[in-house]
Amino acid sequence: MDNPILLTMRHIEKRFPGVLALNNVDFTLRKGEIHALMGENGAGKSTLIKILTGVYQMDGGEVTIEGQPVVIHSPQDAQNSGISTVYQEITLCPNLTVAENMFIGREDSAWIQRKEYEKKADEILGRLEIPTRGARILGRCSLAIQQMVAIARAVDMNCKVLILDEPTSSLDDKEVNMLFKLMRDLKAQGVGIIFVTHFLEQVYEVSDRITVLRNGELVGEYPASDLPQVQLVSKMLGENLIEELPEVQTETKMIGKNQDGVSLVGDMIRNEIKKNSGVFYEAESLSSAQALPFDFKIRKGEVNGFTGLLGSGRSESVRAIFGADKVTGGKVKIKGEQVKINRPIDAMKHGIGYLAEDRKRDGIIADLSVRENIILALQVMNGFFKPISRSESEAFADEYIKVLNIKTASRETPVGSLSGGNQQKVILARWLLTHPDYLILDEPTRGIDIGTKWEIQKLVLKLAEEGVSVTFISSEIEEMLRTCSRLIVMRDRHIVGELTGEDLNQAQVMKTIAGGEA
Amino acid sequence: MINKLKNPFRNGLGQLTIPLIAIIILVVFNLIRDPSFFGIEIIQNNDGNNVLSGNLISIINGASELAILAMGMTLVTAACGGQDISVGAAAAIAGSAFVKILKSGDSISGGKVLLAFLFACVVAMLFGAFNGTLVAVFKIQPMIATLILYTCGRSIAYWINGGATPTVTSPIINAIGSFIPGIPVPTPVLIVVIVGVIFKLVFRLTSLEIFTQSVGINGSAARLNGINSTFIKLLSFIILGVCVAISGSIGVSRLGLINHETLLLDVEMDTILAVAIGGNNLGGGKFKVGGSIIGAYVIQMLTITLYAMKVSSTDVKAYKAIVIVLLVVIGSPVVKAKFEKYMSQLRAKKAAVNTKGADQS
Amino acid sequence: MKRAKTLVLAVVLVLSLVLCACAKDSGDKKGSSGNDNAGTTNTSSGPIKVGVVNNPPSESGYREANVKDMEAVFSKANGYDLKTAYSLKNDDQLQAAQGFITEGVDYLLISAAETTGWDDVLKKAKEAGIKVFLFDRMIDVDESLYEAAVVSDMAKEGETAVKWLLDQNLSEYNVIHIQGAMGSDAQIGRTGALDEQFASKKMNKVVQQTATWDEAEAKKIVESVINSKASFNVIYAENDGMAKGAVAALDDAGITHGVDGQVIVMGFDCNKWALRELLAGKWNYDGQCSPFQAQIISDIIQGKKTVTSKKIINEEKGFDAKSLTQADIDNYGLGE
Repeated sequence: MDNPILLTMRHIEKRFPGVLALNNVDFTLRKGEIHALMGENGAGKSTLIKILTGVYQMDGGEVTIEGQPVVIHSPQDAQNSGISTVYQEITLCPNLTVAENMFIGREDSAWIQRKEYEKKADEILGRLEIPTRGARILGRCSLAIQQMVAIARAVDMNCKVLILDEPTSSLDDKEVNMLFKLMRDLKAQGVGIIFVTHFLEQVYEVSDRITVLRNGELVGEYPASDLPQVQLVSKMLGENLIEELPEVQTETKMIGKNQDGVSLVGDMIRNEIKKNSGVFYEAESLSSAQALPFDFKIRKGEVNGFTGLLGSGRSESVRAIFGADKVTGGKVKIKGEQVKINRPIDAMKHGIGYLAEDRKRDGIIADLSVRENIILALQVMNGFFKPISRSESEAFADEYIKVLNIKTASRETPVGSLSGGNQQKVILARWLLTHPDYLILDEPTRGIDIGTKWEIQKLVLKLAEEGVSVTFISSEIEEMLRTCSRLIVMRDRHIVGELTGEDLNQAQVMKTIAGGEA
Repeated sequence: MINKLKNPFRNGLGQLTIPLIAIIILVVFNLIRDPSFFGIEIIQNNDGNNVLSGNLISIINGASELAILAMGMTLVTAACGGQDISVGAAAAIAGSAFVKILKSGDSISGGKVLLAFLFACVVAMLFGAFNGTLVAVFKIQPMIATLILYTCGRSIAYWINGGATPTVTSPIINAIGSFIPGIPVPTPVLIVVIVGVIFKLVFRLTSLEIFTQSVGINGSAARLNGINSTFIKLLSFIILGVCVAISGSIGVSRLGLINHETLLLDVEMDTILAVAIGGNNLGGGKFKVGGSIIGAYVIQMLTITLYAMKVSSTDVKAYKAIVIVLLVVIGSPVVKAKFEKYMSQLRAKKAAVNTKGADQS
Repeated sequence: MKRAKTLVLAVVLVLSLVLCACAKDSGDKKGSSGNDNAGTTNTSSGPIKVGVVNNPPSESGYREANVKDMEAVFSKANGYDLKTAYSLKNDDQLQAAQGFITEGVDYLLISAAETTGWDDVLKKAKEAGIKVFLFDRMIDVDESLYEAAVVSDMAKEGETAVKWLLDQNLSEYNVIHIQGAMGSDAQIGRTGALDEQFASKKMNKVVQQTATWDEAEAKKIVESVINSKASFNVIYAENDGMAKGAVAALDDAGITHGVDGQVIVMGFDCNKWALRELLAGKWNYDGQCSPFQAQIISDIIQGKKTVTSKKIINEEKGFDAKSLTQADIDNYGLGE
């Protein structure tokens, strides 16, 4: 049943300054199989692919193709070894014809005439049943066709290994089916396909095998038919296996042991829904340039969470609440009154704070001091003509440096020189200083040390105790279970479930995230 | 500031280190060359006023327009990460507008001068807003956006007055351009001080500084903190417009005539240089207006030094270029990083020697 | 936000309107002058049709006076039908000349942007029987292709000025020489005669610097001389603006100038405002590169003057503060 092995990667290691991006990773691809490469952000899948395509050089390990060791130092090497990649963004020239795109820049292209190009292209397109003609301008074809043309070009260049990196993310269902048909045809011809995607259903529709990476390490390689969707999710997220369900529940209950082993159960009890408190924020079919319409509400003093895999739309949804992306529709009520929130400043004026997912890009003003970063949001709310005086801002900064235990040389140190955890605290301080009624925290604990993670979780619960509503997003489900009383689960940009009370356990969360039949 | 002067290396290389060192080198060089170079004396000018005279006065006075433009340019640079290359042409327009009002009617009264100046301000702010709109709303690169006005600005200035070099003669204009009776300091120098104080006040009374820096350093984060970056960028160009109007009016008043082809000719490059020498990042972000002012005086001192050495003014530009290349290279991140590394190594060695000494004793 | 956007849009709109209006304005003027002339019908003998290809008046004060002079001399009242075309670009000028030939003018007057590329057009004119005059600037073509060229001799301008200076019989000449943009015709012409004096040691060069026609730069140059305590008694500035800059530096330093002053001030161009300084005795001399060629050409056309040499050197003027009159200012001053 097993086809001959086409590509092996053994003990692959890759270091970036300060990070071990890939640690002893193995990967095997067979002839005529579609092999899904899965993992959350930072798992190392793109690094692995970039090593294979010659963009990065590996620091250790070996690669063989059809049993022969190969050295890949550049994309050209990769191509010569029969490895081709089709990226999410089309890298062809939209203003040339399909035929020109298929043959441009290839060794044998110099003497082939235009007509010959087109004839040859039509032949290949016909063989692969791609519904277009060589004479068409590529830019006039749909994205799906463009992608297929890119694949056809790769196939015609005798590629043995075809890497498809998120090929379906901008295609509709019909186009996806067309693409899958092409993939199956190629598979039948003996091409090995590495398929990278976030869409779980699609993985199961076409893949023969699944390799899961997590935090730069290999979790395992599984035949798709042997790995239920729920298990795949738990492997990607690194949670315990579903079989250990009862234990998982116990673990959730005895949440609190910080690194010192001190029980935190006392002050870390999950925030309970305050059924009697009023609704603070309510949105009805709110949508933005990035988020599909959704309904959502949060009560005063409630901590809720948005969860789902990367790309499920969880960040996009909360950004819509804050007006971070262009709001395209929906009704928003705050404390029962209809309001308009189109821009961040609108949200801020209604007492909403938002700690963005990408700290470096959307959070810190790196060259400004800790003090300036802390007062920034409050300053904006005060307005252009009411600057916070130097002494006042120093007092604020000192206060929050102390309260949040921010480790910085001084309040005038540029925030960019602080560690990730302390940068995150500075941004938290920024929003706390505005005394928000509703605080949205998107991945506040990513990439920071365990101690700070605990501190932030504790802070969230304390805020809720004081009546602040909090939306908390984290890739670590455990963290959310600890803090949230309600979890909104998203998949493929839709809300697919809302879990409260007894349902708030890992098993249920995984099941909902994975969807389908476990 | 005083601390920095005392020990510019205390925290590595501060932003003002390079321009201050440049000034010190120029001063020392001139003192060695001619000890009387910086001599200042009080003489009676042709209007019968007792006024200060000497190279130092020439330098500080001559750099006035440049210093004022550099202040405005610093803001634009910080907010937009690019420079306005149309300031010279815009100053010619503002100066022409200034003269246009002055030449309407017969006599020139104080009120009319004020009106003329305000008109020049409005005109320059409108053109600033035009540049700013291209940059902030249409997201065109500042240099490209301002290239338009750079190209056509002096023609527009020509249209305003028609004639080639209209002149204005008035004691008030003379007072603005050279000396106010009874005050020995050149008026343009006083105007620089006033503009500097206004900048300081604006920074004190508004959030302009922190907003501008935020927009320049991280536009995305600034937006998510509710800052209207379009407004901030536009505002920086409008403020530069005011600076342009002031400089243009001073330029006109100095000589009592407007030559739209030569008024503040090539000043845009000197202005950008002043901002760069002042240690400001031309890619935007953190800024020090004070640095740019010092930068302006460095450039002017260099020019006057070369004139005093009777270097032919055709060669002056070449010599200036050499010095400026040196300054900018020394101030570059690469050299700074190397220097800091060297300093820390030196410090480490010193520390090692010290501990050794302590051990031995 | 919306309001701000509207405001911004309005500003842009207004600005572009202003720009358009300005552009249109100048265009209209051109158009209307053309129409007027086209409207004038041929009377019995008909007006003499003259096509002038010139640089635009915005080029300089010189050009402005030149254009005005052409318009004044070749007026309807004087029996002419004038058509004009202005451009700084040689190609545009060539096209305009071509157009005039097709239209069938009697005389074609050219002040070319560049000296080359005119052969074909002038040959065509000759074939069409159109007589060509060059003014202000020479062209690299055979002499037979034009009737006459009325031009200035830049060197003569400098010679006239230096001769005047020598006539002042100063005991010594310590000269600050402020030059125009290096390499320009005016600079070369105005510098030559003075350089000879420096070379022959009759005059002493205190400093010779270019201020590239920039008034403020001229002021800085003189300031630096004053600060260096060098003694000087003549300022020879190659245009009026730079002379004004130099004088500003003298005023600041309390040095008297002009008639009965410590320093002799010399300028060029004869702007009206500069001549007024002369009349007030604050300056001593102003030289001119005459922009008035129209009358000479008109005289030739009407047979009042015969051409002996194809190259006619326009007479240059130099005004002495002591002999200048208001009438001179009105007649020969440029600008307003």
